[in-house]
Amino acid sequence: MPTDKQIDYCSQPDERGHFGPYGGLFVAETLMGPLQELREAYERYRSDEAFLKEFREDLRDYVGRPSPLYHAARLSRRQGGARIFLKREDLNHTGAHKVNNTIGQALLAKRMGKTRIIAETGAGQHGVATATVAARLGLKCVVYMGAVDIARQEANVYRMRMLGAEVVAVESGSKTLKDALNEAMRDWVTNVDDTFYIIGTVAGPHPYPEMVRDFQTVIGREAREQIVQQTGRLPDALVACVGGGSNAIGLFHPFLDDESVAIYGVEAAGEGLESGRHAAPLCAGSPGVLHGNRTYLMQDANGNIIETHSISAGLDYPGVGPEHAWLKDSGRANYVAVSDQEALDAFHELTRCEGIIPALESSHALAYATQLASRMDSEQIVLVNLSGRGDKDMHTVAALDGIKI
Amino acid sequence: MSRIKQCFEQLDAAHKSALVTFITAGDPNPEITVSLMRAMVEAGANILELGIPFSDPMADGPVIQKANERALAHNVALRDVIGMVRQFRQSDQQTPVVLMGYLNPIETLGYDSFAELAAEAGVDGVITVDIPPEEAEDYLRALRGRGIDPVFLLAPTSDSERIARICEAAGGFVYYVSVKGTTGSATFAIGEVASKVFEIRKATRLPVGVGFGIKDAESAQAVAQVADAVIVGSVLVKQIEALADEPESIAPALALTISQMREAMDLI
Repeated sequence: MPTDKQIDYCSQPDERGHFGPYGGLFVAETLMGPLQELREAYERYRSDEAFLKEFREDLRDYVGRPSPLYHAARLSRRQGGARIFLKREDLNHTGAHKVNNTIGQALLAKRMGKTRIIAETGAGQHGVATATVAARLGLKCVVYMGAVDIARQEANVYRMRMLGAEVVAVESGSKTLKDALNEAMRDWVTNVDDTFYIIGTVAGPHPYPEMVRDFQTVIGREAREQIVQQTGRLPDALVACVGGGSNAIGLFHPFLDDESVAIYGVEAAGEGLESGRHAAPLCAGSPGVLHGNRTYLMQDANGNIIETHSISAGLDYPGVGPEHAWLKDSGRANYVAVSDQEALDAFHELTRCEGIIPALESSHALAYATQLASRMDSEQIVLVNLSGRGDKDMHTVAALDGIKI
Repeated sequence: MSRIKQCFEQLDAAHKSALVTFITAGDPNPEITVSLMRAMVEAGANILELGIPFSDPMADGPVIQKANERALAHNVALRDVIGMVRQFRQSDQQTPVVLMGYLNPIETLGYDSFAELAAEAGVDGVITVDIPPEEAEDYLRALRGRGIDPVFLLAPTSDSERIARICEAAGGFVYYVSVKGTTGSATFAIGEVASKVFEIRKATRLPVGVGFGIKDAESAQAVAQVADAVIVGSVLVKQIEALADEPESIAPALALTISQMREAMDLI
C-alpha cells in the first residue's frame, strides 16, 4: 500500500477508466462501440479551445457562473466553532449544480451529430437541467424517472414537460433512480445511432465518471479561488453530499492535492444505518459491479441490489461514483452519513437563519458541516457545497408538516 | 470433449443447427425449473440456457425483467441455480447447459468458487452480459481453469477489431445479438444478420449462434439457414408469464413452441 505522498490523486483514472480497483467498463457488447465513439469525441474536445470557450461562455452567460461563495455568518455564530462558507450552486440556472454537466455533455452531443438526448433522473434536477439544454439546442429529449420519484417530485416533472421533454415513468424494480438508469441504458442500446445519453452523475461506464467530474470541477476551481480571495487561505474542511457524487467530486477534485484540507462526503443515513433503510453504500455497503462500473453498492448476500431509502430523491441511489470508492479506500476522503431527521433539521435551520432554502440533498451536507464546525475553532473554515435549492422539496417538507400544497 | 463441442459436432454431421432455449431459473417458481429443462430437451432443444436472476437486468426487455422479478420473489440465488443444474444432470448427461446472467452475483460468490461449484454441477458454459474481454482476465482464468466455456456476445455495433478480440476470448460458441436493443425487442433483418455472421466466421472456428428477436418457427428457420445455433428466450418466457398461475401447463406449452421451431429448422 503506497503512502498518501505517493498517490497522485489528480492523475486518475487510467486510460481504461480505473480508479484503483474501481470504475472500468462493464456493459453489454452493443454499447462498447458507442462508448468508444464517446471516448474518442471526449478526448478530442476536452482540449479543443473552441469547445472549451463555448463551455465557459455558456457557464458564465447562461448558468450565471461563477456562483458566489457566501460566508454564512449567522449560521456560523449560532453553531459556534469554525466559520462556514457556502458554495452557492443553488443559484445556478435550473437551481442546482447539475446544469454544469448537462451543458458540457450537450455541447459534446451536438458536435458528435446526435439529435436525440436521453437522461435518467432521481430528484428531477438532472432531468430539468437536461431538458433545459435540450430545449436551448433544439434537441429531442426523453427523461426516464422512477414512478416513485415522479410522485414525490411533481413540480420537476411538470417543468421537464414544459421544456418539451418526454418524461417516461419507470415501473420496474424499485421504481427509483437505479431503475431509471437501467431503462435509460436500455433506450440507449436500442437507439445508439442518433442518441446521446447524458448521465447525471459520476457513475456509469468509462468515460462518464471522468467526463462528468471534469465538467463539475468548475465548482471546486471557483471555490478554491474565492476562499483564498475572501480569507487569504485554504479551507480546513470541505463538505458535500454524496448520492452518485457529482457535486462532491466537483468540489473535492481541485483540492485533492492540498493535504491540509480535510474532505467529507455525506451519504444519506435515511432512518439510520442500523435500520437498513438508508442510501449509504460507502458507509455500509460493499464493492460490486452495477451500471457499468465497479464501486461500493448496497447489495444482499447474493449480489442483488437492495432498495434504498432517503428523504431526498437525489441521494436515493444504491451505488456511488467509482472515484469516491477509491478516495474512501485510499483514505484521502472521509465518508459519513446523516439521517433524514438531521437533514430536515438542517434544512429548517438554514432557511430560518440565513434566508436560504436548501435542497434536501444539500441539507445532508449542511447537517454534517454544522456538527463538524462546532468541534473546530473559530479560526478554522468549513466550506460546504450548497448543491441545490429547495424549491423542488416544498411538497415533501410540507407533507411532513401535515400540510398539502 | 466438452458437451458443447460434442453437441455442435453431432448436429453438424447431421447438417442441422442447434436450437438453444432460454428460461430464467426459478421462473415462475424454483420447483418447476428442472422439469421444464427436461421437457425442453424432449421437445427438441439441443442446448439449455438458464438465466441467473438479478435485480437489475439492464440488457433485458420487459418480458425477461419480469421473469427475473418472479424468480427473485422466491429468493432464487446463484447457488440455487447451480443446484438446479446438478439435479438436471442426474437424468441428463448429454445436453449442454449454459448459465446466462450479470456479473455482480458471480462476483459476489467469487470467480473461483463460482467456477468450482458450476463445474462440479455440470455447467458447460457461462454468458455474462456485462463483462467485456477487457475486464475479464480473472474471470476467464477461473472459468477456463475449470473447463467451463466463456461464451461472449457480439453485436451489430461490434467492428472487426472487436469481433477478433472477442472471438479470441470466447469458448464454446459465440452469440451474435441480431438487433440493437434488449432481449425480446424488434425483429431483425435476416440479410444483415447473414452478412454479420459471415464476417464473424472469418474470425473464428467456433460455432456462431444468433439470438434476440426470434419469435416463431418461421424466424427460427430463417436464422437456422445462416447460423449454427438459433437462440430463443423471450417467446418462451412470455408463455411462462401467461401460465404462471397454472404451472402444470407450462411444460406442454413450451414443448409445443420448441417442437414447431425444431421441425421448421429441420426442413432446411
